[in-house]
Parts: sequence; structure tokens; C-alpha cells
Amino acid sequence: MADQATFVDEAMEFMPSLYSAALRMTRNPADAEDLVQETYLKAYRGFGGFTQGTNLKAWLYRILTNTFINQYRAKKRRPDERELDEGEDLYLYRRLGGLEAARAGRSAEDELMDFFTDSEVKDAVESLPEQFRMAVLLADVEGFSYKEIAEILDIPIGTVMSRLHRGRKALQKQLYEFATERGLAPRDPVAQDEAQPAVIGERASDA
Amino acid sequence: MPDHEHDTSDVDCKSALTELYSFLDGELTDARRSLIAHHLDDCNPCLEIYDFEAEIRMVIQKRCQDEVPESLRLRVEAQLRGFVHEQSDPGNALGGQAGPV
Repeated sequence: MADQATFVDEAMEFMPSLYSAALRMTRNPADAEDLVQETYLKAYRGFGGFTQGTNLKAWLYRILTNTFINQYRAKKRRPDERELDEGEDLYLYRRLGGLEAARAGRSAEDELMDFFTDSEVKDAVESLPEQFRMAVLLADVEGFSYKEIAEILDIPIGTVMSRLHRGRKALQKQLYEFATERGLAPRDPVAQDEAQPAVIGERASDA
Repeated sequence: MPDHEHDTSDVDCKSALTELYSFLDGELTDARRSLIAHHLDDCNPCLEIYDFEAEIRMVIQKRCQDEVPESLRLRVEAQLRGFVHEQSDPGNALGGQAGPV
């Protein structure tokens, strides 16, 4: 049995990542604050049921996610049904790969970091339909394992993988669109008929 | 383990790319991971793709951090510590109850 005084000390340190995730989910600072506050209250009340030594961060995210789905989605009355605008595999690499080598003396990571602003990356993540956005957020931003994501979202691991696969492609396509809008990259230099068949994470279709 | 496991060291580019995200996500077994790493040592085109995707991941991670409003932090912490205080005070009527359930 975990005690609640310990909970406050341990749980507060996760607030920055919970708040960032809440912003990506609700896309609204006021709603994000409410969501985080509600998450902490629920977690506090339920902390007796938390097994000490297991993953507190994952447990908090499960509460955050459930609260978001139950409250904020209910407000909208229906699930997020926007269509996913997917590109092909390695969408960005095929368009921007090699670009980072163009300017000498800087690390490739710095080059890509300069390429996209904070708000572009946030907007791109937030542009994803909810089910894909949640998976990408939990994996790429928070670094949860497939198993943890499956538990947080209460979906099978196979579903986690397919949402990640499709969500990441759509995210890359959106990022590329931002780059072209700012004139940083040419509008789609990769001709449609040159696009190679999907290769990543599609072993089942190899046959 | 049988000796024939050595056969699997023959990771071609197609399977290296198929397992790109599983690798970056840390979801491969150690054995599989080291076979892919070995392929990347010898295959510069695949290595470039792996590096690019790892860098994009880093950019997404770093660009998606937001600062918690101080008012939110203070509000939540005060609320929770208030509950703890009520609960630990034996003379308090709310003892044993952590707020509304």
C-alpha cells in the first residue's frame, strides 16, 4: 500500500510531461490545466491501488488518458473522425535526407532542429486524429514501450504498432507541408510513381 | 542454441528497414538488435536512414515540451498537501478520507 504523502512528492515531478501531453490532447491551455488538475486528484484518491515499485508515470498517463477520453471527448459527443493524411514510408527522409549535410560544421540534429519551429511540431502532432495522436505522443514524445502504451490506451499491442506506423507517416507528411509553406523545401520533389513500396513494419505484406 | 542461428546474421537492407521503428523504439531482442547494428556498420545508406529517423524523433521530443504554468503547479500541490494534512491529523473529522470519493 502506497501512502499518499509519498504520492505528492513523487507525482509532482511528472507534471511537465503530463501538462505537455494534456496540451497536445486538448489543444487548449485552459482545458489542459483542468485535465492535469483532475488527473492529479483522481490519482491521489486512487493511490492506495497503485502498486509501489511499478511505473508511476505510466499509471498517471493512464489516468490522464482515461480522463481526457471520458470528459473531453464526451463534450464533443463523438470521437475524432478526421481522416488520416498519410504519406509513404520514410516520407521526410526521401525529401529532406541529405539536406543536413549541405551546411558544414553543424550537427545533423541541429539542422533538423532549425528546420521546424516549436509551433510547427506541436501543430503537426495536434493535427493527427486522436487515436493516432495519442499513440505517437506516448511513444515518440514520452518514450513509453509498446506494452505500456497498450496498457495506457487499453488496446492490443498490434493496434499500438499500426497506429504508430500510420500516425508517424502522417506526422512526417504534415511536417513537410509546413516546410514547403515556409519555402524551406520544394513542393513535393518525389514523383508519385517513384515512391517505393511500403517497407517499414509491414512484414505481413512481404509475401 | 543450435549453430544455425549464425544464418540470421545475414540481415539485408529490406529487413533492416522493416525493423527500423522497432529498433528505434527499443522493442527488439538484444540478439536482433545487435544483428541490425552489425548491418548498419556495413551499410551506409541504411545507417543514414536510421540516423535521420532518430534525429527527427529527437526534434519531435524536444519541440513538444511546454512549461507548466506556475499557478497550476502551486494549485495542485497545495490541494494535494491539504488532503494529506487533513488525513494525517487524527483530530480532524476528515481523517481517513481523502476528499470526496
